[in-house]
Amino acid sequence: MFQIVDRQIDVTAVTAAVADPKTGATVTFIGTTRDHNEGRAVTRLEYEAYPEMALAEMRKIGEVAQQRWPIAAIAIVHRIGVVPIGEASVVIAVSAGHRAAAFEACHFAIDRLKEVVPIWKKEHFDGGEVWIGSQGGEEFPGGAVAPVK
Amino acid sequence: MIVRLRFFASLRERFKASAAERTLADGATVADLWAALCRERPDLEPLSKSVSFAVNREYVERDHRLSEGDEVALIPPVSGG
Repeated sequence: MFQIVDRQIDVTAVTAAVADPKTGATVTFIGTTRDHNEGRAVTRLEYEAYPEMALAEMRKIGEVAQQRWPIAAIAIVHRIGVVPIGEASVVIAVSAGHRAAAFEACHFAIDRLKEVVPIWKKEHFDGGEVWIGSQGGEEFPGGAVAPVK
Repeated sequence: MIVRLRFFASLRERFKASAAERTLADGATVADLWAALCRERPDLEPLSKSVSFAVNREYVERDHRLSEGDEVALIPPVSGG
């Protein structure tokens, strides 16, 4: 399951998508929107995607994970639009015969997603807004916040 | 030749558009396209190091040669997750 959705992510459905009686471990990563960043109160986050390419890149991450680790299945769902504080913006589920492969593949998938999948996060705070990752000092002027890891 | 452009996030706001078209000389590369855009809008120049490009939904290097009808996306640093 690889999806970009504009409403709440059904975490149970993502986990169910990788369920397989031959597996003994399912690891689920839930990325949620935080109410602060760089010492500043965040009021809401908003995500934008290049949907066709983002889906293709998410599928590639799944293929690479399947090649590198003995996993049974992987699912990645990212939410776009306004995501209220505390809700899931991304859910990744990986099932495998044993837990080590599931943990490692899931860790790889979220790290890689943050590096290559064309999705952008805009942080709204009291008195302003900024595209995260796009400020980078002089390169993307308009923000003064360090990039979020 | 005509190529189709897609703008996202900070670049979409800067261009006040999510899509556009530009006419380029045959054989033009992604770098040529970026240079042309920077001539139109000198405020893009400082972004040269951080912007990435995708052609027909695949990341490409700047020496990639464009073809008629290509969809070229200007990709600011991504921040999903």
